[in-house]
Amino acid sequence: MYGYWNKFIDVDLTTSRVKVVSFDEDILKKFIGGRGLGVWVLWRELGKVWEVIDPLGPENLLLVLTGPLTGFYPGAKVCVTGKSPQSNGVVGSTLSTELAIELRTAGYDGIIIRGSADKPTYLLIVNDRVELRDAKDIWGLGSRETINYIMNKIYPEIRKDLGPCNVPGYIYVGPAGERLVRTAAVMSKLTHAAGYGGYGAVMGSKKLKAIIVKGTGPLPEVANKDELVIKLKELWRTLSRRSGLKEWGTTPGIYNVGYETSSEPIKNWREEWHDRKELMISNFECGVWIKKFWSDFGCPTACMKLSKVIKDGKVFITDGPDYEMGAYLGTNLGVFDVKGLTYLSALADELGLDGINTGNVMGFVAELFEKGILSKDDLGFELRWGDVDAFAKLMEMITFREGIGDLLAEGTYRAALKLSKAKGVDVTKYAVHVKGIAVGAHGVRSGSDYPRSFSYATSVQGGDHTSIASIPIEEGELRDIFYDSAIVCMFNFIDFNKLIEFYNVVTGAGLTPDRWFKELGLRILHLQRALLLISGPDIYWDPRIHDDNPERFYEPLPTGPCLGKSLSRDEVRECVRKYYELVGYDEFGIPKSDVLKSLGLDDVDEKLNDVRARVKSSQVN
Amino acid sequence: MNSDKEIRHYWVLRDFSRCSGCRLCEVVCSLKHEGKIWPEVSRIRVMELFPGINIPVLCDQCSDYPCIKSCPTNALSVDNKTGAVIVDESKCNGCGVCIESCPAKALKLHPAKGKVIVCDLCGGSPRCVEVCSTLGFNALRLVTKYADIAKAYAIDPMRIHKLVMEKLMGG
Repeated sequence: MYGYWNKFIDVDLTTSRVKVVSFDEDILKKFIGGRGLGVWVLWRELGKVWEVIDPLGPENLLLVLTGPLTGFYPGAKVCVTGKSPQSNGVVGSTLSTELAIELRTAGYDGIIIRGSADKPTYLLIVNDRVELRDAKDIWGLGSRETINYIMNKIYPEIRKDLGPCNVPGYIYVGPAGERLVRTAAVMSKLTHAAGYGGYGAVMGSKKLKAIIVKGTGPLPEVANKDELVIKLKELWRTLSRRSGLKEWGTTPGIYNVGYETSSEPIKNWREEWHDRKELMISNFECGVWIKKFWSDFGCPTACMKLSKVIKDGKVFITDGPDYEMGAYLGTNLGVFDVKGLTYLSALADELGLDGINTGNVMGFVAELFEKGILSKDDLGFELRWGDVDAFAKLMEMITFREGIGDLLAEGTYRAALKLSKAKGVDVTKYAVHVKGIAVGAHGVRSGSDYPRSFSYATSVQGGDHTSIASIPIEEGELRDIFYDSAIVCMFNFIDFNKLIEFYNVVTGAGLTPDRWFKELGLRILHLQRALLLISGPDIYWDPRIHDDNPERFYEPLPTGPCLGKSLSRDEVRECVRKYYELVGYDEFGIPKSDVLKSLGLDDVDEKLNDVRARVKSSQVN
Repeated sequence: MNSDKEIRHYWVLRDFSRCSGCRLCEVVCSLKHEGKIWPEVSRIRVMELFPGINIPVLCDQCSDYPCIKSCPTNALSVDNKTGAVIVDESKCNGCGVCIESCPAKALKLHPAKGKVIVCDLCGGSPRCVEVCSTLGFNALRLVTKYADIAKAYAIDPMRIHKLVMEKLMGG
């Protein structure tokens, strides 16, 4: 099929077996690639026993998948997926990295990783050579040292073999992933992270430190090359004329999302509005940026800005920080200074932590400290809002699972459940998550930001702000599933119809937006929803309880122009009900039998009988 | 000042601090020369040895042409119009001597054909410069050649990387 090699590397780390597999063309047409294909592979391989699969056990799969548009559509990304140690469902976690283009030019569309190695290992792929290697020299290293090792040791070796080729692409885990921290990310390029889902912990559980790929071939053949070139040139022109992301990235949001839309997390989401002018964009540009345009392969948007801070004589590098990092490692922790939050962002990058989920759990802890539920004895030190050094220390404790860090490394929700038991007081109401996943830094109480009141509550990826439920359904997760499957960076998206045209020019599949929304996209959504609801083994979701917002969002906003605004439980419940109806879930939030059958998912329907029985038998007020 | 040679001969000037690393120069170069998106056969490459430090590498148009002088089969010659190095594929035996002779490490072997590939300035209107300008990065610009200056930039990209890294990041 055009746009694919239809070749996937299948590695079993337990037995060191490596093979190359293909899928039926029909499967590629139906599930596209990335998130969609990942959901299908996970269902096929693990679906029957999903509830007993430990996400951090050797039986879980780690998938690193490209899509048919990878390398063609501006901005090359991979989708990292598997059973999520945060949600116990599936999260399609996308990551910008040159590994995407190297994998495709090596002649593959993805990597399937099974089992677990008995010692630290890295995977090296050079065209058709696939090797598992001892990672003892890099296990334990942070981002910067890991990258230096790849460039100083492995790259010269590849050059010796292939001649003067360009650098390889790579993904890796930092110390956090190695220690199975559930808020650990799969990293690339120092500052790039597949954060949502906690796949850094999955990669660490497999003792896989890094994947390094070098390809020297072309991209696969496309259906209509001339048309592709015309469309590409048009996209380059359009994307490069949008000045916002290119000039400033998402960094302006660190001031503007708070000030203008009252939807930025401040002090564990107690507030969402601020007017801290010291966080205005000029302070970043003049204070920490050392380079203004930074892109990944094929991307004219260049939303990244390279930043530097010096802390105790040591140089720390990060990007932006982008809005999410600035909010979660800045305002959410009461840190309102540019250098402080840039340092925390760089530290998260260095340790291989997802800044969103880690900033979320740190804000949660700081609130418990303020409330006196956690004491100095519990933490070993005082944790006050805005104390950059204290939060840096806490981040390291989480990474290395020291002291209370061991508990917090389980992520906000799991930590909240355990703390509630230990302290005899319900602290889950301070955990700002949906289905184990931290809510993205775009609040819903003010009603002025893009997510809706029910967007996180009933999304198949929980709090993930890049996959939100919406009405009309064509403007929410059904659309996001296409981005993550094809794979296209949201920031390079212009128009859905044009995107489908682009997909058709590459693949020749003749897809229509209507068929995507009514059949293909819906099939992936239902399959992902089914796996999320089967959940287990440590936590099970009941839609009547868990298809809801964090408790905090029902508290009135205490400051700003939206003072007093909060969500209405009735309104949220009504929207969720309407959403169920529109996508084809029953009144319990479970995919309907007839819808599943019409999508050809009869076996999924059968498996969901367990969930139907569980949900119907539980008592809910 | 303007001798004929200076007017006729061109040079792609690189601004390392403006290069974003988008590598669309590689995309358009491989489309022009091979009809495919194929980064490794692009005559220009952007090396990112450390995240954010993007070093575009292509032929620097040395006036003394060490590559041409080194070629044992006379496969390389100078294009009269642009001054670029032209490869006669029928004569190139892929021995790699010219690759070793290049101070800018800009030459390489085509991974499929086994022949040397080098920037031909697209006959005078390089596609890489065009796309970089369209995108507004302007990290690549076509200028008339000042022989001594051009040669000064023809150094190992690893060295350029080290200098830029030290300048931007302080080591």
